[in-house]
Amino acid sequence: MNNFDYQKAATVSDVVGKSTFVAGGTNLIDLLKYNLTNAATLIDINTIGEHHDILEIEDGVRLGALATNADTAYHPIIEQRYPLLSRAILAGASAQIRNMATNGGNLLQRTRCYYFYDPHAPCNKRLPGSGCSAINGYNRNMAILGTSENCIAVFPSDMSIALSALDAIINIKSEDGERSVDFADFHRLPGDTPPIDNNLKPGEFITSIDLPLKGFAKNYSYLKLRDRASYAFALVSVATGLELDGDTIRDVRITLGGVSHKPWRVKDAEHYLIGKKADRENFSAAADIILQGAVGFAHNTFKIKLAKKAIVRNCMMALDPSTQLPGAQPSA
Amino acid sequence: METESFTKTHQATTVTPRTITLSINGQQHALTILPYVSLLDALREYLDLTGTKKGCDHGQCGACTVICDGKRIISCLTLAVMKEGAKITTIEGINHPIQQAFIDHDAFQCGYCTPGQICSAIGLLEEGKVKSREEVKDSMSGNLCRCGANQQIIDAIMQVKGGDNE
Ligand SMILES: Cc1cc2nc3c(=O)[nH]c(=O)nc-3n(C[C@H](O)[C@H](O)[C@H](O)COP(=O)(O)OP(=O)(O)OC[C@H]3O[C@@H](n4cnc5c(N)ncnc54)[C@H](O)[C@@H]3O)c2cc1C
Ligand code: SF4
Ligand code: FES
Ligand code: FES
Repeated sequence: MNNFDYQKAATVSDVVGKSTFVAGGTNLIDLLKYNLTNAATLIDINTIGEHHDILEIEDGVRLGALATNADTAYHPIIEQRYPLLSRAILAGASAQIRNMATNGGNLLQRTRCYYFYDPHAPCNKRLPGSGCSAINGYNRNMAILGTSENCIAVFPSDMSIALSALDAIINIKSEDGERSVDFADFHRLPGDTPPIDNNLKPGEFITSIDLPLKGFAKNYSYLKLRDRASYAFALVSVATGLELDGDTIRDVRITLGGVSHKPWRVKDAEHYLIGKKADRENFSAAADIILQGAVGFAHNTFKIKLAKKAIVRNCMMALDPSTQLPGAQPSA
Repeated sequence: METESFTKTHQATTVTPRTITLSINGQQHALTILPYVSLLDALREYLDLTGTKKGCDHGQCGACTVICDGKRIISCLTLAVMKEGAKITTIEGINHPIQQAFIDHDAFQCGYCTPGQICSAIGLLEEGKVKSREEVKDSMSGNLCRCGANQQIIDAIMQVKGGDNE
C-alpha cells in the first residue's frame, strides 16, 4: 500500500469534484492494500453531517448512502416494507463487514475476479489492453450473460440484486448539480471498456438511493447459492418479488446475480408471467427467457443450469417466504 | 505489511504523520501515525495491544474483530485516523460471561481466533438480531476457526444467549 493524505469532509460540497472517497473502507482499503488503486488523498465521507438515515419520503423510502448495510437491513421500515432488500443485504459478507459497509460503497464495490487481484496476470479491467486471463483461464466464478471478448467478470453485490428488482433510483450530486439514475442504467456491461464498472463519473457523490412504494413484502425471496453456506460470494443468486391475485401473478420482478457484470433483469420474462398462474411450469418458462443468450466458459457452464433451477426454486419460495432460512437454504 | 515496506513508503512520500487520540478500553491513547496505518496495526504495532490478531489482513477471517461504538467490526479494513472519537473495545478490555462459557465448552484449541470470536460473540449478543442456533452460526460466519472449534463456539454463545438451541 502506498501512503496517502487524509481529510475528513464536513459537507457534500467539500467532496464533489474530488477523489478519493472512503466510506466503510471495506473494499477501498482492501484494493489499496493490493495496490489495485492509488489515492493521493482519502477523503473520509463518514463525517458528512447528512445522508446517514433511512427516511420515508412521499413516494417511497430514501436510503442514505452513508447508512451502513446492517442499519439498513435491520431498519423497521426496511424489514417490514422491503424484506427482500433486508434478505439480500444479510446474505452478503459478514456481520462485521455489514456493520462497516455503506449503501453507497456497496453499489461501487469492484469485481472479485481472481486475475483482477493478481498483478502478474493480464487483465483488461486492471490494465486496459493487457488481455483477459479469465476467458481461457480458470473461470468457474465468471459471468455467463452480457460478457464481452474483453472481460467476463461478475459484479459481486447482493444488495444491488434486490435494488434492481425493487426499481431503485440512485441520487447523485456533482459540481454541476444533481441527477437521478434508474438502477437498471447504473451498472454497465464490460463491452470494450472493462475498467468502467458503472456510470458514476469521477468526482460524483452518491447521496441516497430511493425505493419506490412497491416493496413486495408479502411474496418475496432472495436465494444465494455459493460454495459454503455463509460468507462467500454468490455463484448464482436470485431476487424475486411477486404480487398475487389468488394464484395469478399481478406483478413480478426477477433479478439474477453472480452471472453478469451488472444485475441481470429481463423485463420480457416479467411481462410473460403477468396474468399467468404462479407455478413451476410458468416460472421455468420465464427462466428460459431470462437465460436466453447465456454462454458458459470452460469451468462455469454449470451456472446456466444452476441459474435456471435457482430462478424456479426462488419464485416458488416467494410464494411462501417463511421457507427462507439464513445460510444454507432448504430445498423447495 | 512488512517493516521494510513501511520504511520505504515513509521515505517516498511527503505525507507527514499526524497525532491522533484513540479511545480504547476506556483509556485515551495519543499516537503519531501516518494515515495509511490500519486500526489493527495501530493497536498491535503502536499501542502494544497485541490481543487483537492479524489473520488475513483482508477482511476474510475475523481474527482482528474489535467492538467499535458497540458494534463488531474488523480492524484490518479501517484506518486508525478514521476512528478518532470512536469508543473501541479490544479483548484486553473485556470482562464478559462469554469468556467463562468458552472455557466451559472448550471453544478453542490454539486460541488464535479466540479474541476475534469473543468480540464477535459479544457484538452478536448486544445486537440482539439473531435467535436460532442456525442464525447464530450464520451471524458468526465472519470468524473462521482453523482448529475447527466452531461447534463449541456456537455452544458457548447459545449458553450465554439462552433460548432455543435447535
Ligand atoms: C471478505 C469480504 C466478503 C464480502 N462478501 C460480500 C458478499 O458476499 N456480498 C456483497 O454484496 N458484498 C460482499 N463484500 C463487499 C462489501 O459489501 C463491500 O466491500 C462494501 O459494501 C463496500 O462498502 P464500503 O462502504 O465499505 O465502501 P468503501 O470501500 O469505502 O468504498 C468503495 C468505493 O465506493 C466509493 N464510494 C463509497 N461511498 C460513496 C458515495 N457515497 N459516493 C461516491 N462514491 C462512494 C469509494 O470511493 C470506493 O471507490 C465482501 C467484502 C469482503 C471484504
Ligand atoms: S474477467 Fe475482467 S476482471 Fe477478470 S481477468 Fe478478464 S478482464 Fe480482468
Ligand atoms: S485480519 Fe482482519 S479479517 Fe482477517
Ligand atoms: S482455536 Fe485455533 S483457530 Fe480457532
